[in-house]
Amino acid sequence: MANVGIVLISHSPKVAEGVKDIISEAVSNVKVIPAGGTEEGGIGTSAPQIQQAIEEADSGGGVLLLYDIGSAGMNAEMAVELADKKDCYVADDIPLVEGGYVAAVEAGMERSLDEILTSLRSSFLSGSKE
Amino acid sequence: MEMKTEQAVAWIEKANALIQSNKEYLTELDQAIGDGDHGLNMSRGFQEAEAKVSGTDYDTVADVFKDVATVLMSKIGGASGPLYGTAFLKMSMTVKDKDPVTEANLADAVEAALNGMKQRGKAEQGEKTMIDVWHPVADFLKNGQNVQADKLEETAERAMNETKDIVATKGRAAYLQERSKGHVDPGSTSSFYLFQALADVWKKGE
Ligand SMILES: Nc1ncnc2c1ncn2[C@@H]1O[C@H](COP(=O)(O)OP(=O)(O)OP(=O)(O)O)[C@@H](O)[C@H]1O
Ligand SMILES: [Mg+2]
Repeated sequence: MANVGIVLISHSPKVAEGVKDIISEAVSNVKVIPAGGTEEGGIGTSAPQIQQAIEEADSGGGVLLLYDIGSAGMNAEMAVELADKKDCYVADDIPLVEGGYVAAVEAGMERSLDEILTSLRSSFLSGSKE
Repeated sequence: MEMKTEQAVAWIEKANALIQSNKEYLTELDQAIGDGDHGLNMSRGFQEAEAKVSGTDYDTVADVFKDVATVLMSKIGGASGPLYGTAFLKMSMTVKDKDPVTEANLADAVEAALNGMKQRGKAEQGEKTMIDVWHPVADFLKNGQNVQADKLEETAERAMNETKDIVATKGRAAYLQERSKGHVDPGSTSSFYLFQALADVWKKGE
């Protein structure tokens, strides 16, 4: 089974690229695709752009999407609907940088999408109940 | 009224005109309680939406709405992109195969749009978002027989003004907590323009 792919969604293209850079230092066998900014490269997010990133990140093991603030979560969900794939999930309320790093490391250890999501939730959402 | 493709296109043209002439105002509202991009987002989105629908021949109103949804979704770039995109997508699905679109169909479409937006934004009425305008408008259209355009506009306008006293619990303004009070919500204002434009097209068809 192929590794889970990761999509990093930020309002800023630089942030999305930067988080990918941080991850790439430690993980090389996982597809990590940044999807930052609007279609014009401005501050914001774009569902079609995220959808494209999902396609690129998918190598058969599923795709996990992480996002920063505001509309990013909405556009992430919209993109998942547009992509119409199973095994494609938005990691709700998980911090982009730390969560993205943890997710990529675990994907590199061939953990499944479910395992990674469970691990993210227990690391970052400990205060809230599931 | 009945809506055919001409009226649907006219709606978008009128909405775009209102948004372009109030672009600065929408920006000011969003600067007060958000990140200041709502004027730009809406002006870019509706400019492109108008360009798309004005230059295309349509067979059905559903096709007009579908194109509007696609353009808004990809061009707006802020929260209002997925929200208005979802609204027009739901309206398109609701009026599929309806020709012309009757008042009752339109009421169903606006209700479906509202439900789609609530789901997309995980928001309810009273959180100081555009839902606060769509909700009473949907109720108004649903309950009325021979709905009058003026009343439609009034309903949207009143709802927009009422967002001023609400403390935001969704969107960027929610980070300001109590300080979000005393300002009208930017998205509710652009939604008012949308319904003002609809009322205008409606009057011409009466
Ligand atoms: N969760 C939500 N549910 C419903 N409406 C919302 C939500 N979040 C924001 N809105 C509406 O969107 C409007 C702001 O739209 P705008 O285009 O400025 O996006 P934004 O908030 O700046 O997006 P982003 O967070 O991506 O920067 C608000 O005034 C509000 O009416
Ligand atoms: Mg804004």
